Order: sequence, then C-alpha cells, then structure tokens
Amino acid sequence: MTAGPMTTLAVVHAGLGSPSSTQLLATRLAEATRQEVARRGGPDLEVRSVHLRDVARDVADNLVTGFPSARLREVVESVVGADALIAVTPTFNASYSGLFKSFVDVLEPESLAGKPVLIGATGGTERHSLVLDHALRPLFAYMRSIVVPTGVYAASSDWGAEGLPGRIDRAAGELTDLLVGRSPARPASAPASLSVSVDGFVPFDQLLAGR
Amino acid sequence: MQFGVFTVGDVTPDPTTGRTPTEAERIKAMVAIALKAEEVGLDVFATGEHHNPPFVPSSPTTMLGYIAARTERLILSTATTLITTNDPVKIAEDYAMLQHLADGRVDLIMGRGNTGPVYPWFGKDIRDGIDLAIENYALLHKLWREDVVDWQGKHRTPLQSFTSTPRPLDDVPPFVWHGSIRSPQIAEQAAYYGDGFFANHIFWPKEHFQRLITFYRERYEHYGHGAAHQAIVGLGGQVFMRRNSQDAVREFRPYFDNAPVYGHGPSLEEFTSQTPLTVGSPQEVVDKTLTFREHFGDYQRQLFLMDHAGLPLKTVLEQLDFLGEIVPTLRREFAVGRPADVPDAPTHASLLKADVR
Repeated sequence: MTAGPMTTLAVVHAGLGSPSSTQLLATRLAEATRQEVARRGGPDLEVRSVHLRDVARDVADNLVTGFPSARLREVVESVVGADALIAVTPTFNASYSGLFKSFVDVLEPESLAGKPVLIGATGGTERHSLVLDHALRPLFAYMRSIVVPTGVYAASSDWGAEGLPGRIDRAAGELTDLLVGRSPARPASAPASLSVSVDGFVPFDQLLAGR
Repeated sequence: MQFGVFTVGDVTPDPTTGRTPTEAERIKAMVAIALKAEEVGLDVFATGEHHNPPFVPSSPTTMLGYIAARTERLILSTATTLITTNDPVKIAEDYAMLQHLADGRVDLIMGRGNTGPVYPWFGKDIRDGIDLAIENYALLHKLWREDVVDWQGKHRTPLQSFTSTPRPLDDVPPFVWHGSIRSPQIAEQAAYYGDGFFANHIFWPKEHFQRLITFYRERYEHYGHGAAHQAIVGLGGQVFMRRNSQDAVREFRPYFDNAPVYGHGPSLEEFTSQTPLTVGSPQEVVDKTLTFREHFGDYQRQLFLMDHAGLPLKTVLEQLDFLGEIVPTLRREFAVGRPADVPDAPTHASLLKADVR
C-alpha cells in the first residue's frame, strides 16, 4: 500500500496508579486495533497515547480559567484531530473518574461528533461493569460520537481469567470496521445447527442424583 | 490613543484582611477611582453593568452622571452595557440624557452578559443572546438617528410614531463599541455598522482575542468603512505595579490566588506568561503593553482593570498614580511609527466635525 495520509488513533486513559490496569487495558485495546487494521491491509496507524494524569493540573486549571495551557491544548488537539479514539477510565464510586470526565468537560461540544470511539473501563470487581453502558456510553452519545457496540470492562479478576482477550479482539474488530471498513475476510459465524447431538446423553436421574 | 480604566464593580473580600467593603463603600470607591483617573491624566472611565450580587453597578448612568458633574475631561463609558436584557428604548433615552449632562463625554461598549439567570429576570432567554443583541442594537441605532420611529421586532412591543427623548446631543449619537470575548457574530456586527470593537483582553491568552480582532478588521474593510488597519479597536489589560518587581508580585499574589474568575487555579507566574496580566515594575508594564500593538495592530483605546479581587481603594489609587506616570510614555511610544491614516477613537467632537463636513 502506498503511503497515504496517516490514520491516527488517540488512546486516552485516566489511570492513576503505576503500573495501572487502566493503562494496561488501553494499551491492549490499542495494540489489538493496530494488529487488526494491519491484518486487513489498512493504513499505518499512528497511535497517540494520552495519560491524563500527566495533565491533571492543566485540566483543573482549564476548568477554573476557561482556557487550556499550551501543553493541554496540544493534548486536546491530538485527541480531537485523531481518526478514532479509545477512551478508558477507572471506575470510581460507580462512574467514570472525575479526571476522565473533567477532560471530556474541557473539550468543545462538537469536537468528538462523528468520531469512532471504543470505550473501556476497569474496576476492582465485576459488579461495576455496567459503568460502560450507564456512564460512558451516554457520555459519548451526548458528544455524538459513534461508539462501537462492544465496550471492554476489566475487573481485577479478569486479568487472570478467560474471556478478556476475546472481548478486546471483538471491540478492536468493531473499531477497525469503522476505521477501514468491514472486512470481507472475517468469516461469518457458522449457522447454528438445528440438529442436536445426543451423544454423551446423561440420564436425568443421574443429573438429579444426590439432591 | 486613549487610556483609561474599566471596572467590574465587584464586592470582594480583601483576602489579606478578610474584610468585605459595604456596597456604599464600593460604590464610592468606584467614583473615587474615576475622579483619580482624570486627575492622573487618563482619558476614559468605564463601569460594568450587573444585576446580581456580588456586583454593585446596576445603574450605570446614575453613577456616570454623578461622575460627569465632578469631572471636566474624562470620557464616561461602560464595560459593558447589556444590550440583551435592557430595553433599547431606555438605553437610547438614558445615554442621550447622560450625553447632554456630560457635554458629549459619553460612549458605550455593548455586551451581551453571560450570566444565565439574569436573562429571565428581565423576561429574556440567554439562548436568544445573539439575536437580542442584533435586534436591540438595530433599534437603538435607529432611535438615535431617526426622530420618529416605526418599528416592529421579535423581542419587544412594537413602536408607532415613537420619538426617543432627549435627542442625542447635537444630533450626534454616542459612539458605540461592541465587546465580545468569543462571538464572531458580534465582531461582524461592529464591522457592519462601522462601530468600534472592544476585546476585554484579560484572563485569556492573547491568541484568542487576535482571531476576533483580525476578523473584525477584515469585515470592517469589507463593509467599506475604511481599510482593515483603520478599524476602531479597543483592548483591555490587567496590571499591578510597584517600584520593584518583587514587591509587586509579593503584594498582589494573595489577591491573585483568591481572585474571582481565575483564582485557585494556575499560579501567578503561569497566568502572567499565558495571559496579558502583568505584575511588576512600571517599566515592565510599559514593555508588555507596547507589545499589544505588535499582536493587534495600531489601536485606539487601552483600558486597564485595576480594582478587582478585593484590592483596597488606597492600593488602587496608588496603582492609578503609577498609570498616570507611565501613560505619557505609552502615548509617546505608541505614536512612533503609527501610520498617519490610522484614526483616533471617535469622540463627540470628532463625530460632530465629521457630521458637519
């Protein structure tokens, strides 16, 4: 593929720890997207990572003064100018973190309109996973972004469990659909069989045994 | 080039003493500042207009009328007159009256007002802000120029055979500036009428105001009022001075740190590097102010914000002494290299002369 205009992916996360599971999830989502775009022969992807902790004071100052510092302006421009956005926040007290929301609050209302967005969140327990659909998705709907159907939530336990890589890949695939178009190469899932195998049939009295 | 002060009229506790002035003290302090402005050789005093605490100046023409009686030369202006929530008929009457009392030493800066609740208190809606500014000013413009007005609009009751009295002094309406901090529509409005454009030029980086002023200049030329460099531009500014720079910084810091609008945010050092605020020696203020011309082109009016954030009157009057000291230097330096075809800010006298011609 000839060198066209670079496609850019902004990756914004509001993790505070070091190391940060939020940063880890953001990195995994970005890498999965980069690989999927490459697999489909898409353009080179320039990944712009934004660690909001680095501009936490600038964000607070912007809320107070109404204008961004030079450093924050650069960050904002790199995010709103990107072709797609991966946004990942820790879950604090049942919602996105204050830093995450404050960053969105200093963006111009129209600045994310039409932008493909993949949302992600982390938390200590699985019980917060609806933060994606009760907090992040409405936020980006308000910003009139195009949020991909799969959001990725990672609880502490997910880092040692099956399922997370599959969700990351599915979400990355959906974001790639919006970045480079749907891939004909991706096989559709096999049609569900109407016939049911009875091999390995277990008699019900055995299933019920001991209860 | 005109120099002056503009005041918001905020009642703010002095953070170094915890003392809050009474409304009476603040109102009298504003008058004292205006009188001092004339005494030290400044040209303009402009008062804000607000209809909510912690601000006192809800009735600008009352205050300016009083100041007019106690001054000889000072131009009395506003920063800003709420063109949205005031009835344009009342603005036409009040300021024409003030013009007569002040022998023409009156102009106005129009503004929309950015406090949402004020609009419904006056029967308006902030979402109509731009439309109100456009319609109300169109009516005001007409009332000052046509003796008998028939008018119909969206935002006030129609007028049939209405004459606003008194008529403007010598049939010359007060000069009008339009102030805006973010709306190109207002710069466009100023350009359309050939009026002045005032950028408050405080609290935000200069680049923001540069875009608005460049746009206003281009549109001023487009509408045939003159070349872009001849458009009538006014700027704000914010300074605090002591003989020694370090003394200025030390004294101003608690006021800065606790100020309304920008306090409890960036440091004084960050803010002075990011915005037009200058805290330092008189020479530093001269140097910084002279850079404004490089950013905005030759302009007509420079107003300074001197009295906010709870600064005591005594300190503000000392600041005005410093301003009086540096303004002759600023006048001299701003005149150097200024093209002969760049006009001065219009005054009653200059407009009267132009009218007769």
